[in-house]
Amino acid sequence: MDWGSLDLELIAMQLFSGVALGAVFVMLALGLSIIFGMLGIVNFAHGNVFMVGAYAGVFVMERTGSFWAALILGPLLVGALGLLVERFLIRPLAGRPPDDALLLTFGLGYVLVEGVRILFGSDGLPFATPEALSGVADLGVGFFPIYRIFVIGVVALVLVALWVGLERTKLGLIVRAGARDPEILRVLGVDIERLWLWVFGLGIALAALGGVLAAPMRSVNPEMGNVVLGEAFAVTVIGGMGSLLGSVVAGLLVGVVVSMTALLAPEMASIAMFAFMALVLLVRPQGLFGKPGLGA
Amino acid sequence: MQPLDQTVLATAPPVPRRSPLAGGALSRWRAPLSILALLALPFLLPSQALAVNVLIYGLYAVGYNLLYGYTGLLSFGHAAFFGTGAYVTGIAIGAYGLHPLAAMGLAVAAAGALALALGAVSIRSRGIYFAMVTLALAQLVYYAALQASAWTGGENGLRGFTVARIGLGRLAVDILNPLTKYFVVLAFVGAALAMISRILASPFGAVIEAIRESETRARACGFDVERTKLLAFVLSGLFCGLAGALFAIHLSIVPLDSLAYHTSGMAVVMTLVGGAGTFFGPFVGALAVLVLEDALSLWTPHWQLALGTVFILFVLFLPRGLWGTALARIGAMRGRP
Amino acid sequence: MGQGTLSRRTLVAGMAVAGTLGGIGRPRPARAAETIRIGFPTPVTGPFGAEAKDQIRSAELAVKQFNEAGGLDGRMAELLVRDDKLNPGEAATRTLELIEKDKAHFIVGALSSAVQLSVNEITRSRGVLYVSISQSDTINEVKDFSRTTFHEALNPHMTTAAVAKHAFRKGTKVAYLVADYAYGHEMLRGFKRAAAAIGAETAGEILHPFGAADYSTFMPRLRSMRPDILCICNFGRDQANSIKQANDFGMKKVARIVVPVLLHNQRLAAGPDAFEGVVGASNYYWRLEETVPSAKAFNDAFRAAYGGAVPTDYGAYGYAAVRSLLMAVKAAGGTDTDKVVTSLETLRYDVAKGPEHYRACDHQAVQSVLVTESKKKSEMANEADLFTILEIEPGSEAALRSCDELGHRA
Repeated sequence: MDWGSLDLELIAMQLFSGVALGAVFVMLALGLSIIFGMLGIVNFAHGNVFMVGAYAGVFVMERTGSFWAALILGPLLVGALGLLVERFLIRPLAGRPPDDALLLTFGLGYVLVEGVRILFGSDGLPFATPEALSGVADLGVGFFPIYRIFVIGVVALVLVALWVGLERTKLGLIVRAGARDPEILRVLGVDIERLWLWVFGLGIALAALGGVLAAPMRSVNPEMGNVVLGEAFAVTVIGGMGSLLGSVVAGLLVGVVVSMTALLAPEMASIAMFAFMALVLLVRPQGLFGKPGLGA
Repeated sequence: MQPLDQTVLATAPPVPRRSPLAGGALSRWRAPLSILALLALPFLLPSQALAVNVLIYGLYAVGYNLLYGYTGLLSFGHAAFFGTGAYVTGIAIGAYGLHPLAAMGLAVAAAGALALALGAVSIRSRGIYFAMVTLALAQLVYYAALQASAWTGGENGLRGFTVARIGLGRLAVDILNPLTKYFVVLAFVGAALAMISRILASPFGAVIEAIRESETRARACGFDVERTKLLAFVLSGLFCGLAGALFAIHLSIVPLDSLAYHTSGMAVVMTLVGGAGTFFGPFVGALAVLVLEDALSLWTPHWQLALGTVFILFVLFLPRGLWGTALARIGAMRGRP
Repeated sequence: MGQGTLSRRTLVAGMAVAGTLGGIGRPRPARAAETIRIGFPTPVTGPFGAEAKDQIRSAELAVKQFNEAGGLDGRMAELLVRDDKLNPGEAATRTLELIEKDKAHFIVGALSSAVQLSVNEITRSRGVLYVSISQSDTINEVKDFSRTTFHEALNPHMTTAAVAKHAFRKGTKVAYLVADYAYGHEMLRGFKRAAAAIGAETAGEILHPFGAADYSTFMPRLRSMRPDILCICNFGRDQANSIKQANDFGMKKVARIVVPVLLHNQRLAAGPDAFEGVVGASNYYWRLEETVPSAKAFNDAFRAAYGGAVPTDYGAYGYAAVRSLLMAVKAAGGTDTDKVVTSLETLRYDVAKGPEHYRACDHQAVQSVLVTESKKKSEMANEADLFTILEIEPGSEAALRSCDELGHRA
């Protein structure tokens, strides 16, 4: 490595790339964590939902010609699919060990990939960056794609909306209570099944939104979810299962770790995330923000 | 988050994963009977190469089942042990000229050592958290093998260690002959099955099943749950490593895919389809999955759709798997007066 | 277990032709009844499904033409297509089945370097003739050599040399983004070697993990190198992703992007905007028909068989491999491996792209390399009009690494 070329501007740019990358991780980990926190299951099809989200974006964009429509309708479509999955596949497993739901979503992953291959072909599709958001912006320390700045903005917006929804509304109160003790809620007369349904749909929609956001940056193809699943797990494990704050912090942190590794030892960038996870596990098995009961 | 035990208490008695027959008189005969059944395999399947794959993946799933079916720990990272067994065998033969049998021994030991290390990190995490941790750790091993291309051949895979004959001195046989190869592999698999049967019949076997039923209760009974789980993890890793070693000998290459997430998933799928927590179930699962794949992929490029759908249906309606359900039916008929 | 639907169709067509020939009343030797079986492992499922489909269709076409021309004295050929799923383990199993169960006389196929090497490992230990149609430098080296293995595909050394010759000048500053695996390293080595001969300078090089989805973290550094040319040494999805993200970071405004291989289907998947102006090499592009008669003949036959579609680069590999193999079978007068090997070694063929032959020491096909540039969307005459042919580098043994260097004793 040529240390002479490592100036501050480059490091600043690299940090910024890391945050933009982390923003996508945050979307993935949030969906995973919300579903886990509420329903107590891990969605092994989460990476593939991300992929389906990207395809839903392509689908909407081809028909409406509008990226904004794709950004809103894409996640809604996939979220609706999520509702069906919860109602007809997950709910029948109530009362069975949580492993069963995990296994079911693992099988669902295969179905989603193959379904997309049948509908859209196995080759992948182009997804152009929307006109208004293409080009680069001068950040003072270097040039950065406007679209990536936009992604950071959207994720920040979603975070604020989630926070307000969970902390400042009655529904949010019920959701939080449901995550702590679903039985008490049931006794209090809350329709917990319906709550689970919507929370599952929300988690799925968030992953799909991540997919739509990532589509203009990456090529859209049926396998794009496979790599993402391991990444989402690593982030969630680092942040602590079920902790929303953990998902956000760990997502950004992992983005920056990967980005800085890319600068110093680029070929190690893929390993960095998992090595970081192993380290966190050794020091703090429940993750940075997890409840101790889970990990240790 | 619902604690595990609460879920169990809140519902009807859980479906016992263990078949009524497993603990009965049949348990003494299960290994020989399994081997007897496997003897017929190459004559029933469309090709001997496929039959050898059934043996290897069957053993892989049996090793996995030791952890998932019997101890109740759902790992999604067992490709790490399968792949390590395969790579160490190939490297020991190809780069160091070791005798194939010595190489396989070394490979099994290496897989066990890796299992000890990964187990030490992951075993403290519980339930589905464990599944994610093992998956992510296996990814770490995958990327490490990709990087260490001087040893592993990286993405190109490891090759240059074709074993034409295996055995000792004049007892060596030609394993380029597909049928001979099948029976050689069966000899290893049979020995492993006999050992696993003994392990399950031992007090240790009873303890891991107690842990599966209720960790809290097992702990209250005075068992060292952590150590027992770690031991089960290592044993499981050893047998999966042996399966990997046989895989390397069989195909004379080691692909990077042997460490991939998909390979970890195969162990889960096969075990569940066959019947988790049954002795012979994983073989039935390996047979069903591989034959299904073999037949479907000749007709459609979308065979994974069928695989995924079948798997979902099994989770929903046949959680005991093919073999587990069959055993339960037989058990029910016998139980009737 | 039957064979795939595609090969069954050929079989039926082949038998129909055999029937007509039989009707003429020429007495056939007893052995003539045995079909010439060519095993064809290719990744029908997975990310290169479209390329695999083209390989199969082109290979089927070659078999059909052979059979329609009377086969080998009435002995018909048949293609046994198997899905290798782009997985070397799967490919090894399928190859074993093809040899042990289906008694395939020859194996042709594979699309990735890893799969090719695994098929080669199986065929060479069993003395079966294998024509590989996937790009790799490794397969040429003596370690993986086998007398029974032939390589119809180009290798990174050939493609990088052709691209560099066209794009590099003395003093050009080149930055490299390289996938960190054997194939990526082979491409980098090829480019740097050509650069050294031309006098181009290296502005810097960055290795990226194989199969990475995000390249944004490499872009600031690449930009800071201020190169004239950004050389992206990766393949398939990695190529599409990295070119797209280089665009996002405005790299095209400051540097020209060149790649070792520019593929028809990958360009289709990534869209015209991302690839606009990207320069790369390939073995075949259908518009070669404007200058090469055999390309015209191949295109016309392909169009007639498949509803007007044009063949692609990997399709041409499949076609050339099977055509040349069957020519050698004819010349050898049978399927005896030794005889067919000898006849392939001396064969001179021109089936799709001008003259080709297999070099003696490593069995690499000596052939032309096309340097192409991806077209702007507004300049495309039709859906298949993707590239402009900038240069056709004629085939020459001098363009290959020497036999000595590969470890073959002359």
